[in-house]
Formats: sequence, structure tokens, C-alpha cells
Amino acid sequence: MSQAEAVPRRPRPLWSLGLLRSEIGTTFRRWRTLALLAVLAGVPILVGIAVKIETGGRPGGGGGGEVGPAFISQVTNNGLFLVFTSLAVTLPFFLPMSIGVIAGDSIAGEAHGGTLRYLLVAPAGRTRLLLVKYATTLTFCLVGTLVVALSALATGALLFPLGDVTLLSGTSISFGEGLLRALAIACAVALSLVGVAAVGLFISTLTSSGIAAMATTVGLLITVQILDTIPQLDAIQPYLFPHYWLSFADLLRDPVYWDQLQKNFGLQALYAVVFGSAAWARFTTRDITA
Amino acid sequence: MPRNEPTEGTGEWDGGRSPGRRKAVRYAVPVAVAGVAAATIGLVPAFAGSGSPDLPKISAQDLIAKIAKSDVQQLSGTVRVSTDLGLPSLPGIGGGAGGFGGAPGGGEKSKDGASAEPQSKLMELASGAHTLRVAADGPEKQRVSIVDKTAEYSLIHNGNEVWAYDSGSNTAVHNTAPEGRHGKQHRAPKDLPEDLKNATPQDLAKQALKAAGDTTSVTVDGTARVAGRDAYQLLIKPKQAASTVGSIRIAVDAANGVPLKFTLTPKSGGAAAIDAGFTEVDFAKPAANTFSFTPPKGAKVVDGDKERAKAQREHGKDFTSRKDMKDFKKDMGGLNVLGKGWTSIATIKGAGSGLPSGKDQGPGGDAGKFLDSLGDKVNGSFGSGRVFSTRLVNALITDNGTIYVGAVDKQALIDAADAAK
Repeated sequence: MSQAEAVPRRPRPLWSLGLLRSEIGTTFRRWRTLALLAVLAGVPILVGIAVKIETGGRPGGGGGGEVGPAFISQVTNNGLFLVFTSLAVTLPFFLPMSIGVIAGDSIAGEAHGGTLRYLLVAPAGRTRLLLVKYATTLTFCLVGTLVVALSALATGALLFPLGDVTLLSGTSISFGEGLLRALAIACAVALSLVGVAAVGLFISTLTSSGIAAMATTVGLLITVQILDTIPQLDAIQPYLFPHYWLSFADLLRDPVYWDQLQKNFGLQALYAVVFGSAAWARFTTRDITA
Repeated sequence: MPRNEPTEGTGEWDGGRSPGRRKAVRYAVPVAVAGVAAATIGLVPAFAGSGSPDLPKISAQDLIAKIAKSDVQQLSGTVRVSTDLGLPSLPGIGGGAGGFGGAPGGGEKSKDGASAEPQSKLMELASGAHTLRVAADGPEKQRVSIVDKTAEYSLIHNGNEVWAYDSGSNTAVHNTAPEGRHGKQHRAPKDLPEDLKNATPQDLAKQALKAAGDTTSVTVDGTARVAGRDAYQLLIKPKQAASTVGSIRIAVDAANGVPLKFTLTPKSGGAAAIDAGFTEVDFAKPAANTFSFTPPKGAKVVDGDKERAKAQREHGKDFTSRKDMKDFKKDMGGLNVLGKGWTSIATIKGAGSGLPSGKDQGPGGDAGKFLDSLGDKVNGSFGSGRVFSTRLVNALITDNGTIYVGAVDKQALIDAADAAK
């Protein structure tokens, strides 16, 4: 019987899942998160309407135009391409920026609000709390990407015809297979954000000010993006986390070209491990004063 | 039963190890991970590069015979081409990694959709690094795709049909190869641009061998692994001192004699001027639908045959840019090749006017100044002129308009000009 008394005190195996669930609930109930998701959902609508007005709705227009976001010339033929265009437009900035806000706020925001020590009073353990915070951020990566994709799909279906999808190689696939590829691309985009989420989490453990952590993460993102466009720095560019981001387009080739995608996923995993363990080292050894 | 399990929360006050040491140990984890990753990234290619498989010795002659004998008709794979000819980077070529907007297709795109014409795409291959996917099934079926960021340019040759598809502008260009040529012409029809064909290691190797003779030393220089296959390395070096070509290295598949990699290093050293090699190769028969192409719905289809006919009709009347081309063609009539082997120099006799020099008045003066900034002024017993240099090719344009071009150093050009006088 004494054994049975001890059991409730032991963290159940599903305990961290409960913590994760409550964390996700808290994060997604915040107005800030909802506003971010609304901005992400708005981008495809804006792009779709802009393309519609620009081409006057005549199919086949806008082809071979000036420099624009990827795939935009195809949108008028097939609304599904709005998904690809929107992801290509949001991936360089909007998506990672919102990840930066969520990740930067994760630890530092709790510290700033004075709630971090209460979280740690529960027998959660710092490591587990950190893992849960990272998992919440990753969930937001996936949700944010899916919001962009679904909003783009809805806008594209409303404004443009749907039908067979022309791949980059010039082969056509059915609309159903096109949807599958779109889903795969959304997953690839979400995975591309794993690295920046880890960097944001690490920065978040460094400071007790949520705003500072968010600003640093977003500032770092912009800096790295600029570095990635300077041709003189091509020696270090393969190691910058946004370098292979646009490789998701390789899923639209026939056959799929995996080379760059693999490099992208490997790089993101590396960033996740390095900055994740750095965050762990910092978070488990620092004094929690707030 | 007080549980001490979540030690992280209160660990600092546990005593035992000092907090400072604990901190150091924990921070060592990310550093170690980063270090291991850096070492792996740094060392693995080094190991892979030094991996020279143990193959039976072979003489250069046998190796060349092996290449010549090789009748591999079916292959598919990925080719990495990087070219560094030292040309000034041309606007709109090879660039286009727009910072935040997502990369546009491949750079410049003209409005009329003619950018899907093969010729205009070729210029892009002349600079920078490109990934090509190639597939071939006999002389009648080939496919080459230039893989760009978020775009692709495909050339599909199947029988007497040649399609070019540019995903960036969603334009397809259709050309028909004239029927009569089929029996005799073993290679692809001329509509497939030569340069693009040359980007495959096979053709580059064949051309290099053609240039060999008593002017060239050809040796077998060890072995290598290319695209996961064992290969012999054929080393070709010009014997003529004036050549700007340092060496040409061709990796030849040990099993079937297919050239897998072609590297041309200029004498001035540095990175290879041309480096084209398979990163992935498969000698199985490619799927038949690889070579079938139907223009996708909604794509703009340009009839290349008609366009060409139209261009030729306009050629007569149009006096703007076409006229220059015509003049140039006329000048080509004076094309002359001096010397032989690696140091052959092409001479094009000028019409007399030559380049505007800085002394001239009017707009020519500015042009002259601009040219001065590009080329070096040289003098010789032939008179004076300007030398334009790249890493591989030098050109001398004399003031009376004669052009000497060759893969030779500057002095050889001046000597040739002197001798021609």
C-alpha cells in the first residue's frame, strides 16, 4: 500500500504530454499568436488578389513577366500554385519572424512575467520544461505553415481555376497528386523552420526580457538572410540556416531532386542539436530569479 | 518520500560538484556537437576525395581506346557544371537569389517568351555553377534539364522533335529536326545547341582528345572515385609553353569507359576554369516517359521553326541590331587560324575602322575610354591594340580592327600579330 501512496507523486509517463498540451493551449490562446496566424493567413489572400487584379483574370496571362516570387506566373492557370507562391513569399521572412516571436518569448516571456519559477516548482524539471517549450514552438511552425498553405489553397480555389498541375520539369500530374505534393511541401517548409526555432529558444534562455529575445532572434534572422545574399561570402553560406530554404521547390520536379532537400534537413537538424543543447546548458545552470 | 529526481531545479545547492564545473561540462555539449559536425563536414569530403580505388594499371592509349570503344547509350544522372572563365559577371545571368522575395527563375526573361529559346539559356551556363540532370537512351532520345532555384529549364529530344520548356516563364518552344538528316546524322540534330551538349563529360572528353597530337602529353594519373564509381584519371597537358591551359583531367569509368568528370585548370592556377562531372550516374535504361513531352495546359507554346523563319525574313529589312550581326558574319569570312594544337590563334581580319580609341571625339571617345578600362593597351611592330584577357582566352584587337583570339598568353598574340604583318 505504501507503494501505492508513492505512485501519485511520481511523474506519470504522460505527464510531460499533459504539460505539452497545456503549453500549446496557452500559446495558441494568446492574442499575439492569433494575430500572427492572421497575418500569415492574410499574405496568400493579398498575393492572390494582386495576381487576379494584375492579370484581369484572363488565364495564361502574366507569363514570362518580370522578376517576381517563384511560381507566380503559374498561379493564373492553377490556383494550387498559389500555395507554392505563398510559401515561397512567406518562408524568407513572415514565417521565421513569427517563429522568432514564439520561440523568443518561450522562456524569456515566462521569466519576464514572473511565472517561470512557478512552472519550475511543479516537478517538471528544467530539461523537460525546455523540451516542452521547444515542442510547442515546433507545433507552431507546422500550424503556421499549414495556415499559409490552407489560406492559399482556399484563395486559389476561389479566384483561379484548379486542375492538373504542371511540374517544373514540364510534366503534368493530376490535381490529387498535386495536393499531396503541396502537403509534402508544407511539411518541408515546416521542417525548414526547425533551425530558427532552436536559435530562438537558445536566445530566449539568455535573457529575462521577452521583447529582447524576440528582437534579437528576428534581427539575427535578417542579418543571416542578408549574409546569404552576399556573393563574396559563398564559402560560409552553405552553413547558414536559410541557405537551402527554397529547396522545397525541388519537390516539384520530376523526378524529385533530393540533394538540396537532404542538405536542408541535415542543416536544420544540426542547428536544432547545437542550439538546443546550448539552450539546455544555459537553462539548467542559470539562476532563476524571476 | 521526498524526490530529488528533478535535480535541475535545485541542483546548484546540492553541493558535491561546484556549479562552475557543472556549467562548463554542460556548455561542452553544444560545443562538442558543433565540433563533431564541423569535423565531419570538413573531413568526409577529404576522405572521399582521397579515396583512390585500387585498379589494375592501364596505359594512356588503352584508356583512350576504352573511351572510344565505350558504347554506353543509356544513362541518367546529375551533372554539376561550374565554370569560372574569369568573364565579368553579366547582369541577369546566374544571379537572382533575391533576398526576401524568393528567388526568381533564372534571371533575365524577355517579355515575348523567347527566353525559352535554347540559345538564350546557354549564356547562363557560361558562368557560375549549375546542376544539370541528364538522361539519354540512344542517339534519338536525350533530355537535359538545368536545375535552377525554384525553376527548371528542360530540353527534350525525341526522334525528330525537340522541345524546350522553361518553367519560369511557363513557355515551351517546339522545334522540328529536318527529316532528311536522320540517316546520316548520328548525333542529335543541330537544333540542340552544341554548347549544351558539350556540357556532358563525354563530349568534352572527345573534344579534348581530338586536340591531342604531338603537342600534347597524355598520361594516366592515378584513380579516383566519381559519383560512387571507380575511375581512371586521364591527365592531358599541353606541351606548348604559350598555352593558357594548365591541364585537363578526365575521370574515366573503369568498368565501361564513360568519361565521368572533366576538369580544365588554367595555367595561372586557382580554381578550375571548367569543372563538369557526374555527381550521380546510373547506366540503366531511363524510363520511356522521361523523353516524352506534351506542352502543359496553359503554357505558352512558341513554334521555334516559325520564329526562326520569321527572324530570317526580318533579317533582310531590319537594320537595327541585325545589321551588326550581318556585318559580323561578313567579317567571319576573314577567319583564319594560325598555328596549331593548343596555341592556334584565330584571326579575323577587320574592316579597317577597328575600335574607337580614346583620342577620338564624340561618343566614340567615351566608348574608347570604357574599352581602355577593360583591356590593356599593347604595342608591337604591328602597331597598337588592346588585349582583353580572361583566365583562359586572350584576345588582341588591333587598332585597324584585326582580332586575334586564342587560349594563349598575351605575348603569343603579339608575336602572331607581328608575324602576320
